[in-house]
Amino acid sequence: MTGSTWLARVIVTPKPVVNDPQGLTVAQGLRTLGFDEVAEVRVGKYVEIRVTAEHKREARERVEEMCRKLLANHVIEDFRFEVEEAPAPAEVPSG
Amino acid sequence: MRFGVVVFPGTWSDRDCGWVIDQVLGAELRYLWHKDRDLQGCDCVILPGGFSHGDYLRTGAIARFSPVMESVAEFAERGGLVWGICNGFQILCEAGLLPGALIRNDALQFRCEWTHLVCERTDTAFTAVVERRQVLRIPISHGEGNYFADPPTLSRLEQHGQVVFRYADEHGFVVPAANPNGSMHNIAGIVNERGNVLGMMPHPERAAELEIGSADGLFLFRSLLDSGVKVLTA
Amino acid sequence: MVDARKLKEVALSRDEYKALVSALSREPNDLELGMVGVLWSEHCSYKTSKALLRRLPSQGHGVLQGPGENAGAVDVGEGWAVVFKVESHNHPSAIEPYQGAATGVGGILRDVIAMGARPVALLDSLRFGPLPASAHHFAGVVAGIAGYGNCIGVPTVAGEVYFEDCYAQNPLVNAMCVGLVRSDRLKRARAEGAGNSLLLVGAQTGRDGIHGASFASLDLDQDVEERRPAVQVGNPFLEKCLLEACMDLVRMPSVVAIQDLGAAGLTSSVAEAVARAGSGAEIDVAKVPRRETAMSPYEVMLSESQERMLIVVARGHEADVQRVFETWDLEAAVIGEVTDDGLLTVREGDEVAASLPIELLTEGAPPRRPESKPRPEQATILSLDFMRREPPDLSRSLKRLLGSPNLGSRRPIFRQYDHMLGAATLVPPGGDAALLRIKGTRRALAMTIDGNGRYCELDPYVGAQIAVAEAARNLTAVGARPLAVTDCLNFGNPDRPEVFWQLEEAVAGIATACRAFGLPVVSGNVSLYNESESGGAVYPTPIIGMVGLLEDYTKRVDAGFKEEGDFVLMIGASGNDLGGSEYLKVVFGQVAGRPPAIDLAAEKAVREFVLAAAQAGLLHSAHDCAEGGMLTAVAECCLLGGLGVRCPELRVEGDLRLDSAFFGESQARFIVSAGSRAMPELQALARRQHVEFELLGNVHGDRIVFEGQVDVDLAELRDAWDRALI
Repeated sequence: MTGSTWLARVIVTPKPVVNDPQGLTVAQGLRTLGFDEVAEVRVGKYVEIRVTAEHKREARERVEEMCRKLLANHVIEDFRFEVEEAPAPAEVPSG
Repeated sequence: MRFGVVVFPGTWSDRDCGWVIDQVLGAELRYLWHKDRDLQGCDCVILPGGFSHGDYLRTGAIARFSPVMESVAEFAERGGLVWGICNGFQILCEAGLLPGALIRNDALQFRCEWTHLVCERTDTAFTAVVERRQVLRIPISHGEGNYFADPPTLSRLEQHGQVVFRYADEHGFVVPAANPNGSMHNIAGIVNERGNVLGMMPHPERAAELEIGSADGLFLFRSLLDSGVKVLTA
Repeated sequence: MVDARKLKEVALSRDEYKALVSALSREPNDLELGMVGVLWSEHCSYKTSKALLRRLPSQGHGVLQGPGENAGAVDVGEGWAVVFKVESHNHPSAIEPYQGAATGVGGILRDVIAMGARPVALLDSLRFGPLPASAHHFAGVVAGIAGYGNCIGVPTVAGEVYFEDCYAQNPLVNAMCVGLVRSDRLKRARAEGAGNSLLLVGAQTGRDGIHGASFASLDLDQDVEERRPAVQVGNPFLEKCLLEACMDLVRMPSVVAIQDLGAAGLTSSVAEAVARAGSGAEIDVAKVPRRETAMSPYEVMLSESQERMLIVVARGHEADVQRVFETWDLEAAVIGEVTDDGLLTVREGDEVAASLPIELLTEGAPPRRPESKPRPEQATILSLDFMRREPPDLSRSLKRLLGSPNLGSRRPIFRQYDHMLGAATLVPPGGDAALLRIKGTRRALAMTIDGNGRYCELDPYVGAQIAVAEAARNLTAVGARPLAVTDCLNFGNPDRPEVFWQLEEAVAGIATACRAFGLPVVSGNVSLYNESESGGAVYPTPIIGMVGLLEDYTKRVDAGFKEEGDFVLMIGASGNDLGGSEYLKVVFGQVAGRPPAIDLAAEKAVREFVLAAAQAGLLHSAHDCAEGGMLTAVAECCLLGGLGVRCPELRVEGDLRLDSAFFGESQARFIVSAGSRAMPELQALARRQHVEFELLGNVHGDRIVFEGQVDVDLAELRDAWDRALI
């Protein structure tokens, strides 16, 4: 595939109606530490994807499809993401 | 009746299911590899428990895209019997063959313990020899068995009588204290509208001999063998 | 001459370096220095403990494989062999409890898999500081064991956990794995046959677990340490695939050997497999599949990345083996071959990076014999006088004991572990020992893991014997006959004379008890330096893993009382054994006194009695009498069976203290229950076998009653017991 490299930052969160036991527990933990101002906590996932695509629009479309197909389960989760031009290959490759 | 037991990478109840089918019941058994599309003429396809693909991302999320699942979906579409146990239930939900989803247990911990299930549907091929309201003692073993569906889906399930098993106390009363994972309406197992796809979190294959604590799971396997329900061959 | 910093980084002493140079007749290069450093570490070379470990009996009836392999193996009949080993993962668990425990489980599983056996059970022995301060360690370790074991699909069926101040900085995490294999398919990790190929399979290699030795990095920049993860993350899913692939290999005659990659990674794994065969090996680090770029030969050779195995394959059959791994989507790279020159040669492409004699690597570490001396206060601890204190209310003490973390219900732990997978668990966790059937037979394996650091702190020789005796009683309590032992020796810094003395005494204790019982020690592990500046050393904590056999599992028994009206008997006799007891700790806040006396002949006698009674079908329940004493044991039988007891006043004779009769921890005792019709036979059997027993009372109602002495409501007690660990 040719084109530029793009970095997509995907955030997957439980839908507002879905019970989030992890979030409730974290909220409780924060309050125990004295953060009384905590009203609600929702725990989700953060996913970074490097994709190659001609244009940003094309990259966005592909990432959107990835989210719908695999990264998020529409029954329980919402997703949102942003795409930006990826910086040069990382100093410490881990792939 | 020929049973097919699907093996995904990370599946671990395949051998326990196979033991019951082959050694306890003497029925016909085929293991179905996740990369194959051929269901080998099985009359009932079991998606067993385990951590398919490590349950990474979400339980069942990656397994549902296995080649074998395309055949399973077609088989179910034609009315074939599909039985998802534990991870298999999670895969069926991810695949959209059953409604809803299974999220993290409300205690945030894995739970392995005996549960009591009250059976509310005895007209399916999976429960034909079970008495209505019969209480079955069958263990659970999961970290994400907390059944969730949005309110319209949930009321549709209830209206159509799709809830087959609910967690109950030993007398069959559906009480909050008997709910091991926070499942809505104490749901332990559901069928699709047509009644040929069953998903359940508890493990009947671990309750098929008295020496390991219960033989109640055999009611389900026997139902499939004895029910006389017309079955479709893959 | 090498500089001091380098030697420190590879943890070699000046003397060891001199020995190395003299054996090589040259200076080692950096890679060679690093390889020798890890292989001469205590963990790999046992240089401090080796001489002591030779005192343990390792041969016996049915032993198919003793120490020296990945795990021990014992014949259990009908063509089956049981394979088992225990190993510590203490230090990693202190740094990151979840991943430390998880990778500990992953490691011990691979040891059993390497023998060609399918793992069927996991057990764990855990020690933490007191709750709630150590809740972080405790919760993380339990979740890590659950996370790995549940995902890979091997049931965790038994274990033990204790909480003591001395483990606050240094928690102990010992994991044991039990596997089954057809005896004729037992694999041994001997890299035989010059020209055969060495395959590295499983996970890719990264910079995991490489400590110090920053000089050996390719880039001499500042962030070397940053690039090396301090914590290893386990991948149980990958290991599940590795397990299934290895099970496929066991059937292939072209597979010569399977060897786990554990501590010191490729270096120790190749050296050990080659040393066992007396051959040599040549490997090319350039062929090692990597997770990261720019890794130096040093980093590749010393990486401790998890979920890897070394497979020795007959030349020409590499593709057959690679096909198996491909099925499971796993890497399988040919990285070198077996030679017959007695050397381990490491190449990077065409260049030789290291060349060392195998024997120097595996046997060359100069043995260390530290000074040994009991600490001065050892005698005074034993004689501390607590016996003048008046015993407080017995019922209240019972509730306090069963509500304490050391004696409370373990259900909050084991319900997080899948303990039923495999449909083989006949006696689940929560009793004395787990019992698993061997499917397709009437045989069952009993297994337990046990230790008492407090007894060993007070008297390591006696404490270690008690650990063996208690493990044997646990197996007996489910009706099984003990077969063999695996041990894990958790101690402080052996360079301190009192610690080395404890180690000597404990090993002698294990040897004495194992010889008396005819039990071989077929595998084991040593973990030293479990101490910190602020926390001091841990109690000397030898842990005994034991496996037993019940030939007909319909004869099994368990601890819970079964039927109203049954007679409740105590087998064995009570003495004034309050030293080191839970009662003394919980009720009086003291850790002192002489640990319970141990009489190995009496132990054998009571066990033979219980086994004979169980075989004859005379018992409805059997339970070992251990920590917390007779009343605690009786209460546990009540809690597990959901039934109370009604007993007349307990009579004490001579100088026996009343609280010692109830809570003393005298050894060689069981609590059993039996129907009235079995009583004459039991009495006759006891007479024949010269075993003392005492009729305590009857199973009855929902209270624990000793007339005029104890009266506790079972529901109330259960509440305290259930909440002890939550």
